[in-house]
Amino acid sequence: MAEVLKLEQIRKSYNVGTAVETEVLHGIDLAMQSGDFLALMGPSGSGKSTLLNIIGLLDRPTSGLLAIDGVDTATLGDAALTQLRGQTIGFIFQYHYLISAFTACENVMMPMLVDKGHPDAEMRARAEQLLDRVGLSRWRDNNATNMSGGQQQRVAIARALAMDPDLVLADEPTGNLDTKSADAVFELMRQINRERGTTFLIVTHNDDLAKRCDRIVTVVDGRVA
Amino acid sequence: MKSWLPFEWIAAVRFLLEGLMQTLVILAGIAIGVGVIVFMSAMLAGLQANFIKRVLTSQPQIQLIPPDQVARPLRTDKGTIEAAIVQRPTQRVLSIDQWPKIRVEMQNRPDIVTVAPTVSGSGLALRGDTNRAITLTGIEPEVYFRIVRVPDYIVAGGSQITSEGILIGTELAKDLGASLGDKINVTTAMGGNRILTINGIFDLGNKGANQRSTFVALRTAQSLLGLIGGVTSIDLTVTDIYAAETIAREIAAMLPVQADSWIKTNAQFFTAVQAQQNSNTLIRAFVGLSVAFGIAAVLIVSVIQRSKDIGILRAMGTKREQILRVFLIQGGILGFLGALIGSALGAFALIVWHRYARQVDGSELFPLILETQLFVMASGLATLTGVVAAIAPALRAANLDPVVAIRG
Repeated sequence: MAEVLKLEQIRKSYNVGTAVETEVLHGIDLAMQSGDFLALMGPSGSGKSTLLNIIGLLDRPTSGLLAIDGVDTATLGDAALTQLRGQTIGFIFQYHYLISAFTACENVMMPMLVDKGHPDAEMRARAEQLLDRVGLSRWRDNNATNMSGGQQQRVAIARALAMDPDLVLADEPTGNLDTKSADAVFELMRQINRERGTTFLIVTHNDDLAKRCDRIVTVVDGRVA
Repeated sequence: MKSWLPFEWIAAVRFLLEGLMQTLVILAGIAIGVGVIVFMSAMLAGLQANFIKRVLTSQPQIQLIPPDQVARPLRTDKGTIEAAIVQRPTQRVLSIDQWPKIRVEMQNRPDIVTVAPTVSGSGLALRGDTNRAITLTGIEPEVYFRIVRVPDYIVAGGSQITSEGILIGTELAKDLGASLGDKINVTTAMGGNRILTINGIFDLGNKGANQRSTFVALRTAQSLLGLIGGVTSIDLTVTDIYAAETIAREIAAMLPVQADSWIKTNAQFFTAVQAQQNSNTLIRAFVGLSVAFGIAAVLIVSVIQRSKDIGILRAMGTKREQILRVFLIQGGILGFLGALIGSALGAFALIVWHRYARQVDGSELFPLILETQLFVMASGLATLTGVVAAIAPALRAANLDPVVAIRG
């Protein structure tokens, strides 16, 4: 199995070089194989959001190795990171799921549109297919804001899959949903993981859901516990 | 989503549509600004054109007159002593030397349209026990009326002048108690004296002119002013009115005459035009500036409102340049649409103002000049202003840290 993600001795400090320099990640090691379904747990302030931002190429580590699909990211510039992020990583956030100026289908198309520059029929077909997969065909032309939280999160999952990414990062994807919707959203991700072999890294506070993942990694005080 | 539109345009249009209220308010602001600029520019151009038209239909564009007479003390002669004060000689009414030759020469120039010799001097109009000072102008009506459109101002009678006829102004007619067909006695200081019949009465729209101006046949004036066969000036019109000064200088250098162009004799008018244009430019610049600040303010607010959207877009692989373009395009669209609406507003205001703003005599205050060029310029400039105003907000959007934007 291919190694999708590899972290070695990842450290992250804020206010580097000043008197108030604080290190929040103290050397994280983590590896994920293709098809992994991993739960990242840990109390608030443990550094897991920072870790997720670093893995998602939204933030850079102060030191350590971060490789995505075997590509070392330390040497990449801002534009190259953006491109790598767009093509290999899908995001699912807890809040502010969708862009309200667009319909559900257009939101799913967005990563492809941003990548290609122009919309085309193929893009729309793929978006509709993905919406169909998450059970929202009927809602595809709905404005993104006229949907329930669970529905919006399912659209977000479809959007995260749009570029057929190797890795999907989900930051508390069910944290804002009722139990029933949360269960449905989690189950959907699990099914997609099984069907497509997509690698998922899910940050969660929910023990029940974590237990249904293949692996649980707990971060406490900036270290893997 | 239209397939031919790039992502940046789609996002820009959607963002503007989603914040429709904001968009409409700023559009109104831009439209008013552009409308004011269009209205002011067109009205000013119209007023100027009207003023030039009025100036040029009531006076020659170039007037040739005999050169000033100067005293030339004979300093070099033996035994002559120069007086401490050399007085300027009096300027007698003189004929232009060899004027028929000059006339032919003028007629042969391609840049001159009309050549009208005139004789003018002062006289006294008498009727009963009333007398009034007048300016007696002897003309060849068929050419002179092409320069000064007296026939357009005739209120009684006609513009034909018989050898014993005279055209007088309304005020003079009132003062003398004379009406069409009455006879008046005209005398001059040179001893000329003729009884002339009023052929027509005109109203030049100026009380002074209506009191003093009179027109008689060239020969009548020549004999009254004691200038048999002579003329005191040659009036000209030219093909290009703005070249009048250059032509006048050429003529003055070539012939023994003094040539005054309308540009020189109306220097004050040109100063006024320049001042108007300067203040107009200043007002336009400030209106443009306030429009630019308006657009920038709205876009800055929009960037703040959409920072989460921007963060998500950046997370899904949108490049900084793409985000930058989305906001620049919004600025451009706002500027362009605002200019379209503003141009329409400005044109509408011009048409309304043109209809209701009248001069005292009921004629139009300014001619309606709606040049396509003005609207194209206004739209282009407004679009550019929009894009430039969007630079700061767009940079701000492009440089948003996605981590902060999503968390915030």
